[in-house]
Amino acid sequence: MNPIEVNPSLNAKVPTDHTTDLHPSTEHHHDEAGNSMFGFIVFLLSESVIFLSFFTGYIVYKTNALDWLPPGVTGLETREPAINTVVLVSSSFVIYIAERFLHVKQLWGFRLFWLLTMAMGSYFLYGQAVEWRSLSFGFTDGVFGGTFYLLTGFHGLHVLTGILLQAIMLVRSFIPGNYDRGEFGVAATSLFWHFVDVIWIILFVLIYLWQ
Amino acid sequence: MTKLSVDEIAQIEQPLPGAPNNWKRFFSFSTDHKVIGIQYLVTSFFFFLVGGIFAMIIRGELITPEADLLDRAVYNAMFTMHGTVMLFLWTFPSLVGLSNYLVPLMIGAKDMAFPRLNAAAFWMVPVFGVILMASFLVPGGPSQSGWWAYPPVSLQNPTGNLINGQVLWMLAVAISGVSSIMGAVNFVTTIARMRAPGMTWFRMPVFVWTVFAAQIIQLFGLPALTAGAVMLLFDLTVGTSFFDPAKGGDPVLFQHFFWFYSHPAVYVIILPIFGIFSEIFPVYARKPLFGYKVVAISSLIITGLSGIVWVHHMFASGTPGWMRMVFMATTMLISVPTGIKVFAWVATIWGGKLRLNTPMLFALGGLVMFVFAGVTGIMLASVPFDIHVNNTYFVVGHFHYVIYGAVVMGMYAALYHWFPKMTGRMYSEGLGKLHFVLTFMGTNLNFFPMHPLGLQGMPRRVASYDPEFAFWNVVASLGAFLLGMSTLPFILNMIGSWVQGEAAPKNPWRAIGLEWLVSSPPTVENYEELPIVVAEPYGYGKTEPLVANPDRLEVAHESH
Repeated sequence: MNPIEVNPSLNAKVPTDHTTDLHPSTEHHHDEAGNSMFGFIVFLLSESVIFLSFFTGYIVYKTNALDWLPPGVTGLETREPAINTVVLVSSSFVIYIAERFLHVKQLWGFRLFWLLTMAMGSYFLYGQAVEWRSLSFGFTDGVFGGTFYLLTGFHGLHVLTGILLQAIMLVRSFIPGNYDRGEFGVAATSLFWHFVDVIWIILFVLIYLWQ
Repeated sequence: MTKLSVDEIAQIEQPLPGAPNNWKRFFSFSTDHKVIGIQYLVTSFFFFLVGGIFAMIIRGELITPEADLLDRAVYNAMFTMHGTVMLFLWTFPSLVGLSNYLVPLMIGAKDMAFPRLNAAAFWMVPVFGVILMASFLVPGGPSQSGWWAYPPVSLQNPTGNLINGQVLWMLAVAISGVSSIMGAVNFVTTIARMRAPGMTWFRMPVFVWTVFAAQIIQLFGLPALTAGAVMLLFDLTVGTSFFDPAKGGDPVLFQHFFWFYSHPAVYVIILPIFGIFSEIFPVYARKPLFGYKVVAISSLIITGLSGIVWVHHMFASGTPGWMRMVFMATTMLISVPTGIKVFAWVATIWGGKLRLNTPMLFALGGLVMFVFAGVTGIMLASVPFDIHVNNTYFVVGHFHYVIYGAVVMGMYAALYHWFPKMTGRMYSEGLGKLHFVLTFMGTNLNFFPMHPLGLQGMPRRVASYDPEFAFWNVVASLGAFLLGMSTLPFILNMIGSWVQGEAAPKNPWRAIGLEWLVSSPPTVENYEELPIVVAEPYGYGKTEPLVANPDRLEVAHESH
């Protein structure tokens, strides 16, 4: 039951997985984790096109609109969102540390930093909610209101998904020997988190900095 | 190579539920790619008939100049549902079904990379099929805004209900999109990572190349449509103003989102048909595919170019002049890789020892009509011509020559060609030829008249028209009813031959390809020992073997 006991078997397994990755012509048919990761990256690339489409739409609207801001709105406050941005972006480093801990089989270190990532993600969502409540315009107030809530909301949905995935991975870390046969779930969750982060940076530049 | 454990052998021999002769598996959540492939094919063919009935109702209305058969609202619903059903419930799923069946066999894999994802993607098809059909039952009836769902028409919601035909339409298309993305991730991963030993990229059959190219389009194109559809849904349900010009929205932006996917979607459909042609011509001409590598690579060139042609659908949408010129050029450019393929097929057939059985007839018929569609396609790419015939029957005629003339004909060719492999039975050649003659005549009777009609200025999507257009409309309607009839010998042939056709050997066509080295139908997991591929495909007239271990691919007692 002690996680440390399972280390040798896992360490023995990891190199063989890597050798199959390096030789695509040899048998990689049983490399299911490799397939899953490949498939997940393909999925994320595809998912990024949705954001790209929204961003393109936003740029088209903003550059062509006659009345961009709704009446009475002068612009967006950037200080709180900037703090939020710092928290979310740094969580990408925290989750990387968690992953390194798991890689060397230190489960408690993994759990600690993993939980910290979740907390930072949750703080981001909380900050987003506070900001939404303070705004004087809504989803249906013109194209500006629409695109603002669409972009931040769709991104927020991804943050929420990321936190839920992280929660699942955290619970699974308590199943004895769960990560012996690879860490695909954790690696994928972490990749997803980086993805959500990069999207936010673009979003922050487009919505908050370019006013 | 692979050492099968006792468990795995037991799994292969297990009579239930995965055994090849157990029909119940077609109604289960099977993860066998061959079962899923046939599930897709049968389900989508059912919807093909449904969409065909809609088409015949449309043509029934158009056989007289007056709007006398249908209410205009019903007519609008008919052409909307016809287009939607034919694209999202027939062409996409039927080609995904064929690809599902063939790709793992052709690359020497035991199954797709993600079998459960595969099954989940399939079972969404009947779900969104039912949702779309349910829109006949809601107040106001189905969506009437055409399969493009352009705002502001699609935002009208005259009945004021939250659940209306347009919302159900969007829901169905959204589920279709999720299913397609799941399928695309699966295909791309399977082709990139599950190939048998020795199956290098340039040893893959062209069909696999075209499926790969087509599924990449799904991955970069569909999300754009999803983005547009999400915004449209918000406009329709919660009252945002993305596409509503009265509230500062931009309806043309939706057209960009829509066509950024829906033009490449045409290549999602036609690319696997190019693959089918490339498989069938060498077999029945007994010659290697001419220019294999160029044909393979031109699939990917088409994928790349397909992402930069969409504005040719919008030459009349207030598109600035410079943009029209750019997209006219890119659209004409994409005919180059397509033309390369046509020349390669002609060169393959040229001087070959032709065997004109049903699959070959359908493939040849499809090729002829595709060339015709290509010629009208180049005409439409030209801005001045396009503006003249914009939204006329000329456009309708053009894309029906692509979608019926090439895609449906190619699909029939594939179904006949691989029928012995899928069912273990031979089909009736007489009925097949009758089917071909009826389909070929029906297609040309139905869709050729649309070209003169369009040139004379008859607009599309109208229930009544000027009597001067009557002659060609009567011809087209008769052709449509003939096409309806043409499915009967096909259905009779497929069901009758599956039940009591002559047993098919492994390789009835003396074709070269991994799928023809295993029994008909292949066992669960296809290969007992993975093939070791040692040659390029299409080695007709050559002596080199395709695989190093042809006798060890299956357990001895499983072979015929």
